[in-house]
Amino acid sequence: MDALTIHRLHFAFTVTFHYLFPQLTMGLALLLVVLKSLALRTGKEHYNRSARFWAKVFAINFAIGVVTGIPMEFQFGTNWARFSRAAGGVIGQTLAMEGVFAFFLESSFLGLFLFGEKRLGPKMHWLAGFLVFLGSWTSGFFIIVTDAFMQHPTGYVLRPDGQLALASFWGLLLNPWASWQYLHNMIATVVTGSFAMSAVGAYYLLMEQHVSYGRTFVRIGVIAGATASVLLLFPTGDQQGRNIANHQPTTLAAMEGLFQTQEGAPLAIIGQPDLTRQQLDNPITIPNVLSFLTYQRWKAEVKGLDAFPKDLWPDNIPLLYYSYHVMVGLGTIFIAVLLVAVVLLQFGVLYQSHAMLWALMLALPFPYIATTAGWITAEVGRQPWLIYGVLRTADGSSARVAEGNALFTLIGFMGMYALLALLFVFLVGREIAHGPEVE
Amino acid sequence: METLWFCIVAVMIAIYVVLDGFDLGAGILHLMLGRSRAERQAILASIGPVWDGNEVWLLAGGGTLYFAFPALYASSFSGFYLPLMMVLWLLILRGIAIEFRNHIRNAVWVPIWDVVFCGASALLAIFFGAALGNVVRGVPLDSSGYFFLPLWTDFSAGAVAGILDWYTVLVALAAFLVLAEHGALWIAYKTTGDVELRARRAAARLWWAVAIAVVVITVASFRIQPHLAVSFAERPWGYLFPLLAVIGILGMKFVSGLRAFAASCLFIVGMLTAVVFGVYPLVLPSNTDPSLSLTIYNTAAAPYGLGVGLMWFIPGILLVAGYFVYTYRSFAGKVAVMDEEG
Repeated sequence: MDALTIHRLHFAFTVTFHYLFPQLTMGLALLLVVLKSLALRTGKEHYNRSARFWAKVFAINFAIGVVTGIPMEFQFGTNWARFSRAAGGVIGQTLAMEGVFAFFLESSFLGLFLFGEKRLGPKMHWLAGFLVFLGSWTSGFFIIVTDAFMQHPTGYVLRPDGQLALASFWGLLLNPWASWQYLHNMIATVVTGSFAMSAVGAYYLLMEQHVSYGRTFVRIGVIAGATASVLLLFPTGDQQGRNIANHQPTTLAAMEGLFQTQEGAPLAIIGQPDLTRQQLDNPITIPNVLSFLTYQRWKAEVKGLDAFPKDLWPDNIPLLYYSYHVMVGLGTIFIAVLLVAVVLLQFGVLYQSHAMLWALMLALPFPYIATTAGWITAEVGRQPWLIYGVLRTADGSSARVAEGNALFTLIGFMGMYALLALLFVFLVGREIAHGPEVE
Repeated sequence: METLWFCIVAVMIAIYVVLDGFDLGAGILHLMLGRSRAERQAILASIGPVWDGNEVWLLAGGGTLYFAFPALYASSFSGFYLPLMMVLWLLILRGIAIEFRNHIRNAVWVPIWDVVFCGASALLAIFFGAALGNVVRGVPLDSSGYFFLPLWTDFSAGAVAGILDWYTVLVALAAFLVLAEHGALWIAYKTTGDVELRARRAAARLWWAVAIAVVVITVASFRIQPHLAVSFAERPWGYLFPLLAVIGILGMKFVSGLRAFAASCLFIVGMLTAVVFGVYPLVLPSNTDPSLSLTIYNTAAAPYGLGVGLMWFIPGILLVAGYFVYTYRSFAGKVAVMDEEG
């Protein structure tokens, strides 16, 4: 393996593992605000106990999110020095803003939210929870703006020495790519949080333990999850797709497995991209649909990979194609399952419907898989660029860090994160086993 | 503008060292000063609600460094690759140790995390000290502004030195002692009874070690980095910073409680600002060819970005000051030693 490949795997591994945690943090933060609001409005201790239970899970999850997040900021410098030197003057803005506006807010009020319920009183405790939510969603915003700059750079100028300089602060912050990507991503965190809540609720109902809490968790999880999963497809996913079509047409062709430019392009549901023969093997496609989704005309021409020089193609087309299809496929299944669950809830039979409870419980890993696949689509789709159209990935890594050193630390992170994963499963499993009735 | 951002980054890092410094110091000492699980618990409770916020200064300071001096960030982070990665692992271990220790209160789980917490805190103090030593000594920058250092070579502090040589090891040990002292004074201020007594005694003993270490590294630093003497000769008002450090270290000896801890903060700030003043306008000296040194001018971001940055930084940091006053007030007062339940 050459150094560049290891640097890429290094970042990919650490960021993929890291993001398993913030997605639950951000989604659950919103649901905690919902629980605290219900407690405040109804005055029922039931909701406060529910919130305290989820706050325990939140705390464990948050801790791992924090400790695995620090390496992300550092790695821009350690493994991607040439990128940092070129782009730090631009994306350093948003990363520094994340520290100043988000991390301080989160860390200051999380302690108060977790340990200060008695001292603060109900209203101030609600506020502490709200500020933790605000902090985590602000953090998400600055990270998305940073990523959006890499996907679709705006608000910068290229200086003669090859470095990028900020030219417009608002141009960077109000990047049109960022707004839809932010909404799409944040709604996806709500889906993860909702599935986590309904899965635990379903487990309690199937076990016939903590039944009243199980019902609350299932009800909130299903309603929030159904709403969020619909919004994930439309309008946010749809608009995200249009951004890709307009600004990264090569990526669109690769994601869809469209090798030949054609009018009335079909949408591939299943199939395997075959790079040697430049076709989709074993395809199941729906004619004209890709043209319609992209340009709102059934017979519109969609550019295939053949329209672009090969050195602009993403360097791992099969991975891009599969991750995109996994994301969309799972997203569609989420909508179907959750809408059925909402109907069962409306008819008052959800808590007795064992099949649905089993489905909700076993669904837990899938929002994580869908989110991860979505991010792989975004980041592999950006290739071969580190900053789209400006800086190639091959020109961004640290030239002085040799492959041996990079592999050493990659292996180190793998070991460390295996430990963190075990601890997380063990500690959260204990909290779930204790249940909301044990204080 | 470059100088202003240089001062901002320096102050943020100084705040980080002062605040997280007592967390690290408490971590170094808690196994010794707390004889029972409940006593250790009390020491950890004195930093429990604040350590995460303190650590954020490292992230925010790093982020600010990244945005204001991207070429410095790129060069130093890739050049110090191995020790930085180890710092990350230690930060991970320290964070999970303090967060997860109290989830299960039994005779196997708690001691594991206590030892991890102590070891990670001690090593972090040492690594941060070594990092400071490297910045003073300089690194072998190439003409493109990059370098890569092995962990050690022959410990000579010469042009082929690694990250650890006799000088940086001395600074590392000094940092360990200074933060241990800082932690002892924090524990003495925040606890009661036997723990407070032991912390005071440890602080009194450590004081002599700190005093000797500071004299030694001061002499060594002027020998290793001639630029320091030049800075102080050119701008004699800079003696203000070492003077603050002297007032601080004397204060640590002759007052107690919160005032002794404040004196320790003053001492640390005085030492760090003295170093920063001495190195300015360099940010990473070259120890092979002085003309290749990184300065605030050849590493700074473009003027527009630096100007815009002030617009959000000033209100942002005022908000942060507000959060910190509020949090520290909420958790003010001494921490009692309580028998552990469950």
